[in-house]
Amino acid sequence: MDVKRRKFLKIAGLSAVAGLGVPSAFTNLLQGEALASSSGQGNPAEGHKPAGGHGGHGEESTGTQYGMVIDIKKFAEHQGLADRCINACHTEHNVPDFGNPKDEIKWIWTDDYAHGFTEHSQYKRNAGLNELPVLLTCNHCANPPCVRACPTQATFKNEVGVVVMDFHRCIGCRFCMAACPYGARSFNWRNPREKYANGNYKFYKNGVNPNYPTRMRGVVEKCNFCPERLAVGKLPACVEATGETKAMVFGNVNDPNSEIAKVLNSNFTIQRKPAAGTKPSVFYII
Amino acid sequence: MLEKALVGNNKYWAWIFFLLGVISIGGLFYLYQYNYGLGATGMSRDVSWGIYIAQFTFMVGVAAGGVMLVLPYYIHDYKAFGKITILGEFMAIAAVAMCIMFITADLGQPMRIMNVILHPTPNSMLFWDMLVLNGYLFLNAICGWVILNAHNKGVPYPKWVKPFIYLSIPWAFSIHTVTAFLYCGLPGRHFWLTAILAPRFLASAFAAGPALLVLIAMLLKRVANFDAGEKAFQKLGTIITYAALANFFFLGLEFFVAYYSQLPGHMHTLDYLFWGHEEFDNLVLPMRFSLTIGLVATTMLLFPQIKKKEGMFALSCAMLFLSLWIDKGVGMVLGGFVPNPMGRITEYYPTVPEIGITLAVWAAGALILTILFKIAVTVAADDDH
Repeated sequence: MDVKRRKFLKIAGLSAVAGLGVPSAFTNLLQGEALASSSGQGNPAEGHKPAGGHGGHGEESTGTQYGMVIDIKKFAEHQGLADRCINACHTEHNVPDFGNPKDEIKWIWTDDYAHGFTEHSQYKRNAGLNELPVLLTCNHCANPPCVRACPTQATFKNEVGVVVMDFHRCIGCRFCMAACPYGARSFNWRNPREKYANGNYKFYKNGVNPNYPTRMRGVVEKCNFCPERLAVGKLPACVEATGETKAMVFGNVNDPNSEIAKVLNSNFTIQRKPAAGTKPSVFYII
Repeated sequence: MLEKALVGNNKYWAWIFFLLGVISIGGLFYLYQYNYGLGATGMSRDVSWGIYIAQFTFMVGVAAGGVMLVLPYYIHDYKAFGKITILGEFMAIAAVAMCIMFITADLGQPMRIMNVILHPTPNSMLFWDMLVLNGYLFLNAICGWVILNAHNKGVPYPKWVKPFIYLSIPWAFSIHTVTAFLYCGLPGRHFWLTAILAPRFLASAFAAGPALLVLIAMLLKRVANFDAGEKAFQKLGTIITYAALANFFFLGLEFFVAYYSQLPGHMHTLDYLFWGHEEFDNLVLPMRFSLTIGLVATTMLLFPQIKKKEGMFALSCAMLFLSLWIDKGVGMVLGGFVPNPMGRITEYYPTVPEIGITLAVWAAGALILTILFKIAVTVAADDDH
């Protein structure tokens, strides 16, 4: 009798623990990265945790979340500035130029307002707005669908809220490309390191930047907010290219004393596809 | 039992070598794709999944369709399916094998496929899809092979297979549900973002899978003297009809929601698929054709006097299968990428290597199916003597 009773208590205890543990384990599973990034000075090794999370209108994380404000009026004032940003980025990161739209790889690019902000009203909109170039790039969402979709954690949110890629782990399934609501991801449809017989690269027209790796074919790539530059105290290449124009402001959006937080606080900004619940970290002043 | 697949008449061997030929040509195309990269296909930055993933999605449905035989036979003890159920299980094996081949053909870095297991990621639906597909392959291989082996020896199948049979039933639903989750959980793709996607997938699967089986069983009746029985054919016809009705009903619901709500995101892809969006209308003709022949075939199947005529029955099954193949194996996946997230349209044209590889995977599936069916048919014939 006693033995049975002990066994029953053991099972009851275990089930209670399981009952308590399973839902919270499930929540952890879904919120893994949101929690990791809100822990602030997380150690870099934590970077490989899966992300995911709750809907777009929930609480804000309090850890570092790098973000960007793009002022499209300033880009209109400075002709050619957007192209200089794109060039700076693509040169910095050895983004290959295949010369055709089918194989195209781009980390940052321009489109017009109507196509950049498809879910904002275009009805009776100021006609001149579509003349301005709008810089589009990865939004480094606080709740990134691409990270949720990746089956190998090859793309993940790092400890400062940046969505980055591990080129060596990516299997090239392109689930992240289907998952991204912003079209921010590109795939290496062919070998970007291909060379001519004379040894020159075919697709790196301006040579290779030794400070950033080139990629192999068959992996996905995208904007990464220049972690290699942030690590040595520099701004991302595109932001640096805007110089003193203040057309782009970069920083930790969760730090109330940062420049970007002040800009966000004193301007009306919009984000791309806010209804997708991804909480984009790139903001626009229109 | 495998030796039974090594005995056959000239027609059998001609068919086997024909399939091997198609597989070899596709293999060469794959070698080219492997060396050049996926740029050898028609896929692009905007349409980042093409015919491989579309075929994969469709074949998951064919695999799941096998359950429409397993369920009545083993749960409801529906005796008329006694001979044909094994064919359903073997068809599922061939279809899942094709799914795995299509996924592999679609990977940019196929050598790294084990990363999915080395770095298991439960928040990714692809991880779960890998689990359920391999699990389903395993379940059908176990159930099909053990039961046929027992049959071959003239003994009742061992009791330990029962749990596997019962498990394979909900598992069949799971493979297509999880495959729908690959699509319907993505916030940026309105065409896929619908809670009815999984039921729609299942309905089309339960029509397409058995329709294909009916056609193959009719063929076996002619070439292999294997008669599944008129009762089994007619019951399959009923199953196909109701599944097809559910499928088109669900499709109608999508139309209502999109066009009554007038939400642009919901309308754009349907516009593109059925009417053309801006000046782009590559898929309009195939999609309208698919809808037309699908509805005609379903109507034909509703009439018992049509269903009872073998030729007409075969015709309606073939039309329905083709209709659902176009709808799911072409429009479903490509439509999700049009328009792209910026509202721009890129159309997709599969390349010759891509089509060659696709045909080779179909041939490989047909080869697996032929070998398995040959064994099943021979065992059944031995039985009759």
